[in-house]
Amino acid sequence: MVYALVHILVFPGLLFLMAFGLFAEWVDRKMYARFQNRMGPPWFQPLADILKLFGKESIIPEEVEPRMFRLLPLVALASSLTAFIYIPVWGTKALFSFNGDVIVVLYLLTIPTLTFFLAGWYSLCPFSLLGATRTLTQLFAYEVPLFVSILSSAFLADTWSLSEIAAFYSKHPGYWLFNLIGFLIGVFSLLGKLEKAPLDIPEAETEVVAGSFTEYSGNLFAFFRLAINVEMIVGASLLAAVFLPFGLSLGPVAGFIFYLAKVLFVVILLSLSHAIFARIRIDQMVNLCWKFVAPLGFAQLVLNMIIKGTLLS
Amino acid sequence: MGKVFIPIGPQHPALKEPASFRILLEGEKVIEANVRLGYNHRGVEKACEERSYLQDMYLLERVCGICSHSHSTCFIQAVEEVAGLEIPPRANYIRTVVAELERIHSHLLWLGVAGHEVGFDSLFMYVWRDREIVMDLLAKISGNRVNYGMNTIGGVRRDISPGLYPEILKAMDVLEERTKYYIQIATGEMSFIKRLSNVGRLSKEDVETMCIVGPTGRASGVPRDVRRDDPYAAYGDLSFKVITDDHCDVYGRAVVRVLELMEAYSMVRQLIKNMPEGPIVVKAPRKIPAGEAVSRYEAPRGEDVHYVRSNGTEKPERVKVRAPTLANLQAMKKMLENYYLADIPIVIAAIDPCFSCTDRTIEVNRLEKGTTELMSWDALRAYSIDWYARQGIQLKGIRL
Repeated sequence: MVYALVHILVFPGLLFLMAFGLFAEWVDRKMYARFQNRMGPPWFQPLADILKLFGKESIIPEEVEPRMFRLLPLVALASSLTAFIYIPVWGTKALFSFNGDVIVVLYLLTIPTLTFFLAGWYSLCPFSLLGATRTLTQLFAYEVPLFVSILSSAFLADTWSLSEIAAFYSKHPGYWLFNLIGFLIGVFSLLGKLEKAPLDIPEAETEVVAGSFTEYSGNLFAFFRLAINVEMIVGASLLAAVFLPFGLSLGPVAGFIFYLAKVLFVVILLSLSHAIFARIRIDQMVNLCWKFVAPLGFAQLVLNMIIKGTLLS
Repeated sequence: MGKVFIPIGPQHPALKEPASFRILLEGEKVIEANVRLGYNHRGVEKACEERSYLQDMYLLERVCGICSHSHSTCFIQAVEEVAGLEIPPRANYIRTVVAELERIHSHLLWLGVAGHEVGFDSLFMYVWRDREIVMDLLAKISGNRVNYGMNTIGGVRRDISPGLYPEILKAMDVLEERTKYYIQIATGEMSFIKRLSNVGRLSKEDVETMCIVGPTGRASGVPRDVRRDDPYAAYGDLSFKVITDDHCDVYGRAVVRVLELMEAYSMVRQLIKNMPEGPIVVKAPRKIPAGEAVSRYEAPRGEDVHYVRSNGTEKPERVKVRAPTLANLQAMKKMLENYYLADIPIVIAAIDPCFSCTDRTIEVNRLEKGTTELMSWDALRAYSIDWYARQGIQLKGIRL
């Protein structure tokens, strides 16, 4: 009971994920600033932003359904926190695992996006509505390539459990190199999931103000911010566990350092793409996903089928 | 989603100044766009009639924060024409140097803003960093980063000392190098080009029928440039190309502006090289003889027109300012309709709008009656007295 509470609240649950999420946000912002020849914020800036938001008044528009409006940020945070307990961090074993947890994690990671949609929909503001529809349109575009690429890695390992995927790849070192296309697709989809540029279409500042979050303020907005930070960590951890499963048998300390490095590597990739691309339009994004990214995902699946037929039979 | 009205403005992150675009959307597609101006009416023209010519020059310099030298030069040219003043050549050259430096900083500013509007903030940060070079140069020449205050009736107030020439030439070299890099980015980065091409198209015929001016018109292949068509200041002595492009879209407008930057560097070099010696100002009379004049000037955003009528006193009888944005706003509706919502910020930014410079009137929308009307001077006066009375301020003692 005590252990479970510690797991949920301290490590690897709420506190650890929030702290790491804020740190990753700082890395993202600092790297983005350095790419642009700016100084960037000090390390405590993300924490200061969150604390400031918690200190501010939460304005709830008169016409919205207040319970739903308040509940959605918490649902977003809770579901991304829950997804983390199935992801192996420093070894090949996650806190909990069962055959099929890949699917559960992917769905838990979809829930925050759905709450962004509902938040926009329930805000009843034209900019929020537009942001909400864009969120959903984008979700349908990147979700299929993401699923296909992650499942093709699982297919090679012949299991539906993240822990067993990690175990498989540490037993067959070097096999993760076959999944590099999948990794790139994963990073691309993560950009869409986190609504980060060039896929920050749903909250494009110059077009739809803040998209779904236009009407959110104070601690409700802070929860959304935290949910996105945690989602960034969970998404990067998922990519690290599925596509970069090396250094897992080196013991907990080295494994943990490797894990942090992998997550930060993904975060830096995210901020690099933020710096070097312009925001694309929603129609261009959907075209790109269905014409190039999804076929690439299927190519990865076919590749893994061939490898499985030749190398592993 | 059915059809929705989206208010872009008067307050919106895409706009740097208040203006209202009422957009009817079907999904992401713009079905109808309506432009509404008048949030920034400052009564500049009326104020000019109350001040002397020299005071007006300073007032009109503040019409625009970016092309301040354009407005003051345009006005002063009209006044000098009415007064029959012959400007010393050195003054003309100095005016032209400042004008071209102003064009450089305005076009660099635009490139950065265009990057920001399509979510390419890295371009914005880099361009604005390099823009500081030209801003510093302007500060060294005139003492100010904006609103240079270089002009005076009959010439310029400050000389450019020959000691500053090498610095100006060096800055041009640095900026030319950087601009080549930006040309490479603007014509090579796919995600940037995809956002600009085939957006906000304006055909050559549209440009001619709607009298579109400046880079917006030149990007549709209409070689219209006052600097060449009707040379003023020192432009008659310079050799330069009028940059045109036949993309007819936002991408073309970006290309025209970055290539104009290259022309501006070469013009500044020519001006510095051939800078004549001599006085920088001639004495101007305080009272300008009766007469009227129209002055044209190629501001960074397009042709700027000022009209001045004098009645022989020290104050003008009428001053009319036609800022370039007013000419280009006609095309806004055409450029926005049938494109996507995501294109609105960049299409609006592509004409490099300056709404505050443009506004000459306020239209009052009576929501309860559903009518629009203009307020007369008397009605406005009655309204203000009434408004103050409602605030509890009695204006009895004040002569109105």
